[in-house]
Amino acid sequence: MAHHLMTRRFVLGAGAMGGLALLSKPSLARTMIDLGLPGGPAERQIITDFPEKAAMVLQRTRGPLLETPFDVFDKGVFTPNDQFFVRWHWAFIPNTVDVDGFALKVHGHVNQPLSLSLKELVKDFPRVELAAVNQCSGNSRGFFQPRVPGGEWGNGAMGNALWAGVRLKDVLDRAGVKSGAVQVRFSGLDQAFADAPRFIKSLDIDHARDGEVMIAYAMNGEQLPLLNGFPLRLIVPGWYSTYWIKMLNDIEVLDQPDDNFWMAKAYKIPDTPGANMKPGETDVPMVPINKMVPRSFITNLRSGDKVSANAPLLTRGIAFGGDCGVAKVDVSIDGGKTWTPAKLGKDEGKYGFRQWQAEPTLPAAGDYTLMVRCTNDNGLAQPDTPNWNPGGYMRNVIESVDVVAG
Amino acid sequence: MSRAILSRAILPVLLALGLLALTAPSYAESMAFKSETIELPFGTPDFPPGPGVDAVKKNCLLCHSPRMILYQPTLTKEGWTKEVDKMINVFKAPVAKEDIPAIIDYLTHFQAAKE
Repeated sequence: MAHHLMTRRFVLGAGAMGGLALLSKPSLARTMIDLGLPGGPAERQIITDFPEKAAMVLQRTRGPLLETPFDVFDKGVFTPNDQFFVRWHWAFIPNTVDVDGFALKVHGHVNQPLSLSLKELVKDFPRVELAAVNQCSGNSRGFFQPRVPGGEWGNGAMGNALWAGVRLKDVLDRAGVKSGAVQVRFSGLDQAFADAPRFIKSLDIDHARDGEVMIAYAMNGEQLPLLNGFPLRLIVPGWYSTYWIKMLNDIEVLDQPDDNFWMAKAYKIPDTPGANMKPGETDVPMVPINKMVPRSFITNLRSGDKVSANAPLLTRGIAFGGDCGVAKVDVSIDGGKTWTPAKLGKDEGKYGFRQWQAEPTLPAAGDYTLMVRCTNDNGLAQPDTPNWNPGGYMRNVIESVDVVAG
Repeated sequence: MSRAILSRAILPVLLALGLLALTAPSYAESMAFKSETIELPFGTPDFPPGPGVDAVKKNCLLCHSPRMILYQPTLTKEGWTKEVDKMINVFKAPVAKEDIPAIIDYLTHFQAAKE
């Protein structure tokens, strides 16, 4: 996979600068990464000067789109906060949140509207913890063919964290949902430009009250980075990140289905298996994107790697089931003709990443295509051909790495 | 190691070292939030030169930085027209009407020109 290839490059735009100045300004050094997006542009800058963040793939400065460098996924199943991907729709996000003045409002079709401080939220409700993958609907959009416009992500618009917070159900119960409620709408502190539609999303009332959807105030044991939604973020296990509202400060119980732009028009997928359709196809019924599908990746080998023939080849990576756990991960060394089960690592929770490992032996010198396939607990396996839709959503084709054995 | 051994043999040592508090604080009490202020970088790359580049710079950078455009795949004129329409009609970008043709023209050609 070309997205691992990194080249170091020095941008010498400031020609008037002396050598000493260059030495003392390490930010002038630009590490580039090639995401391998077909047809390009595929090169991105690795940026280290975003607040709260270590090295990230810069997709857009404003509003911030930062991708997790893929190497991070080889280090463990929990993605560190300082390399967790960042995605904002609008550039108008507060650059600070006053902890003491912050309030989470619950209102609408309820008996008792609430305004909860952070302290109340933490003290008055049972704390729950859950590992869950947060994945952008358009993760891997840049690999779509034909290409589609949008955030041109590689595979790093995803991450897994241990979230801690309170159940949404408990908060809704405190407010007392009135009968006739159909959906719950969530919004955060970010603002849209002028009259543009604010980024707000809704869940059906039964989903919102399922006891799994939570309001997180901690991520991997710490408060959330502001760029990932400090102080509160909605966690919707098994569903795409578009529903995981950041800087959550408003919960509105609706007695009508939400017809706002971000539910009715945006983030729609074809209502077909794998959200798949043909380019140019018309009259395809579209529905709001929802549950995630299984994915898996090889994280310790890159395309072009030279490896030993006739010896066990350590092959490892991550998998996740989507809206349920990982049932099995299979590995192929012959381009998908035959498959062998991989060994699964510790189960940290059905909604999280699961590490897997295998030691296939490549029988002779030559070129090999290694593949990995996840089957989830619902029996759904990754497809061997990529899906396509105009939004660039829900890519989950079987991934491969080409190596040379010698 | 059993609990009993822990409490008898090691607990006093840990307490003496200050490694354990006498009453373990509940998570609620230990979850202290800290207000932080961040400053977002504003570095922006420039657009490749070409007819219409000024119209793009003037109209397209209020809501997003240049990389949103620079990293798009090559789109047809029809594809770019759809994108510009969406920015204006859905996202309410205040684009000057007279600049629209130049913007679409630039976007249609800048990827090829860059190669």
